[in-house]
Amino acid sequence: MSTLLAASSEGEGFVSPGPKDFDLPPFFDSVAWFTKPVLIVMLATLLVAAFYYFSARRASVVPSRLQFAGESLYGFIRNDVAIDAIGHEGLRFAPYLATLFSFIAVNNIAGIVPILQFPSTSHIAFPLVLAVFSWLIFLYLGIKRAGFFRYFKDMMFPPGIPIPVYFLLAPIELFSTVIVRPVTLMLRLTFNMFAGHLVLLLFVLGGEYLLKEYGGFVGIAAGSVSILGSIVLTFFEGFVQLLQAYVFTLLTALYIGGALADEH
Amino acid sequence: MEGNLNMVGYGLAAIGPGVGIGLIFAAYISGVARQPESRGMLQSIAILGFALAEALAIIGIGLAFAL
Repeated sequence: MSTLLAASSEGEGFVSPGPKDFDLPPFFDSVAWFTKPVLIVMLATLLVAAFYYFSARRASVVPSRLQFAGESLYGFIRNDVAIDAIGHEGLRFAPYLATLFSFIAVNNIAGIVPILQFPSTSHIAFPLVLAVFSWLIFLYLGIKRAGFFRYFKDMMFPPGIPIPVYFLLAPIELFSTVIVRPVTLMLRLTFNMFAGHLVLLLFVLGGEYLLKEYGGFVGIAAGSVSILGSIVLTFFEGFVQLLQAYVFTLLTALYIGGALADEH
Repeated sequence: MEGNLNMVGYGLAAIGPGVGIGLIFAAYISGVARQPESRGMLQSIAILGFALAEALAIIGIGLAFAL
């Protein structure tokens, strides 16, 4: 909220929102690390932990409403993501994947929750840590299954390809598995949230400027369209936020499945 | 007019992934229309393809702000 007001009240003419709007000041001057994204991540952690704790406490055969919600969410990740993408061994990873999905989803959804209105995952540090976790997990599982050298040999030199092609294929495979996978995992989530938040800011700030400063028939008409458009875009953003949480979880599951599969 | 030429470049760069994502979902829709029971299997494949094509657009917007 403060960023909305700060960006609209400075200078002459319309100042379009940019990366500077993501640089939020700390709540207290003495505690430099305590900014809005940090608060949102803390709230999200508490919310996810409390949700799963209370939905699983006092589990009964006839589920309560909360238990039903928790079980459907967990069941969706377990059946449609873990088991579909990894296979039968996916059961082991279902708790991690369900936590990952819920955590990312809650952090993303904070971008359209009134008062909070900032997707904390648009700061690259949070997706970075999650992507590093996924990266470590699938590398560890692959190396544990096949051994260090055989894992990289299987990855870089799949059988049944003419020898000259290996000169091209081996570096590309290594690069795409070890570097491109975690980097795209991180960038996809970050910049989806970043771009989505930027578009929302543009519509809301632009509409506000058109209605209040520009005025006249054109300003009122275009401003109304812009503000109404921002409402539609908010729902679209909500869809994208859930989809990105799902994509992150699905890709993590697919990477784990690839590391566990016997033949490459 | 003020602005950053990077954004024009990004707009042009986003054409490619846009076409790609369109093709992926077109194939998904016609696959489901032809064989509705394969929806569950096609869905995760479609979303995987969408995520891979979208990564290019996302790398583009990252570079547009970084460079």
